[in-house]
Amino acid sequence: MTTPLQRADVARVARLARLTLTDEELDLFTEQLGNVLEHANDMSALDLEGVEPTAHPFGLINVFRPDVVTPSLDRDEFLREAPDAESGRFAVPRILGEAP
Amino acid sequence: MKTALQIAADVQSGATSAADELDRTLGAIDARNEELNVFLHVDRDGARAMAHAVDAAVARGEQVGPLAGVPIAIKDNLCQRGIPTTCSSKILEGWRPPYSATVIDRLVAAGAVPVGKTNLDEFAMGSSTENSAYGPTRNPLDPSRVPGGSSGGSAAAVAANMTSISLGSDTGGSIRQPAALCGIVGVKPTYGLVSRYGMIAFSSSLDQIGPFSSTVADSALLLEVIAGHDPYDSTSLPEPAPSLVAHVDDGVAGKRIGLVKELYEGSSPAVIAAVMGAAEALREAGATIVELSIPELRLGLSAYYLIAPAEASSNLARYDGVRFGRRVDGEDVTAMMEATRTAGFGAEVKRRIMLGTYALSAGYYDAYYGQALKVRTLTVNAFARAYREVDVILGATTPDVAFSFGEKAADPMAMYLNDVFTIPTNLAGDPALSVPFGRGDHELPIGVQLLGPGRSEAQLFAAARVLEIADGRA
Repeated sequence: MTTPLQRADVARVARLARLTLTDEELDLFTEQLGNVLEHANDMSALDLEGVEPTAHPFGLINVFRPDVVTPSLDRDEFLREAPDAESGRFAVPRILGEAP
Repeated sequence: MKTALQIAADVQSGATSAADELDRTLGAIDARNEELNVFLHVDRDGARAMAHAVDAAVARGEQVGPLAGVPIAIKDNLCQRGIPTTCSSKILEGWRPPYSATVIDRLVAAGAVPVGKTNLDEFAMGSSTENSAYGPTRNPLDPSRVPGGSSGGSAAAVAANMTSISLGSDTGGSIRQPAALCGIVGVKPTYGLVSRYGMIAFSSSLDQIGPFSSTVADSALLLEVIAGHDPYDSTSLPEPAPSLVAHVDDGVAGKRIGLVKELYEGSSPAVIAAVMGAAEALREAGATIVELSIPELRLGLSAYYLIAPAEASSNLARYDGVRFGRRVDGEDVTAMMEATRTAGFGAEVKRRIMLGTYALSAGYYDAYYGQALKVRTLTVNAFARAYREVDVILGATTPDVAFSFGEKAADPMAMYLNDVFTIPTNLAGDPALSVPFGRGDHELPIGVQLLGPGRSEAQLFAAARVLEIADGRA
């Protein structure tokens, strides 16, 4: 159904998934993921024209509850478990560069 | 080893105390945990406090819950407030959840005593517990072999008589496969029957929490306690927990049971003999056996290994070093996230994240993920068709008995093939269980699988009970 998985594909996907791979891992994963995708190719021969996709066993529907205030989990307890927190917020390294 | 039903009855009557039962469990853990690596964390003080609370309630003459004083082991992908919860991953090392899963709250309300967190394949991705960042769990029946996975620790806790019952989760067979390999009962309930609030997500359209036990009746009891609608889980079914224990001895007289060749073909001769033996036992108990072929089930494995990784790649995006668990510093936020994920995830988790990311990426979505969702529809329709002809389906749980360490670890596809009989049910959202029946090579246990349409758990337990008796286990 598609061309075999290339090393460059794996490198691109790793970047999208925010993972750094060594050269050795790139080789290994290219082979291993290629094998899984090859197995998946037995689905490509099927004529599935007109078959509806199923994303969820029973179909997801919106679920509502009465619009009343209920107790929430404790903010400080959550922030205590974070790698870094400051003034009631999660703290992260710099996101934006200096103003030009 | 007493069953959970016996422990609860003895605690209620005063014949034993919850504290004594806990001591027995802690003694059994101390005797073998170093060898088997079943528990990642044992909550001695918390368990003791809960056991004393149960004993105090009994002393006051109060009616206690159906699991009063029963020690239980918890898979470490279920959050328990203040108790380290790792998912067997380095990325959650040291994290203490600020809330408990609904199943934990229900267990405690029923008088059960959670004693600790059990080992699993990292983020429940695997079939041998070899993918844990904290070392593999060993099969108590033969420590040179795997206990199965991903709920290998919870299965081993019961098989090693540390606890009578435990909780696992099943996304593609992660309860039934280790149950089969460890010679115990394991149940994957109907999708939505058990709340997943507080369960760390792997593949949200497939994951279900379910019980392990030595006896069929104990799994029915445990499922009754944890099932039922939960407003905190929007996928939870709207109705209360079904009555299960009361129907365990209903038998199979007049039932039609489908023997499905796609669910045992290719297995070892001993496994096929066990499935045939189980069919014969059910026939002798008054069921009609109907031989069936459901060719669509053969496609389940391929669909699963695109759908589950696709959902995992999305669910595991939350491990970014910001809100919980570990952080590895980087010069900006993107570098920090990449360094955290690279150091925190093991090889199998990285493989599945990348597989899922690839299957969802522009240009490949229709060919892989889209096609897999259509194949899922074929599976759903095929099961529905079969259940117009039969009440229950019988097959094997796994193609063979427990395998040795390293036997499949180097070849992901060989490992994935171990799930070929368990995966189709998850795609359909239907319930299935594994019950020990017969023995295979090296006298290792074999599990046979019983499957049914949504909400048919009572019927599955009744059929499993027939097999339990026929196998001389009760």
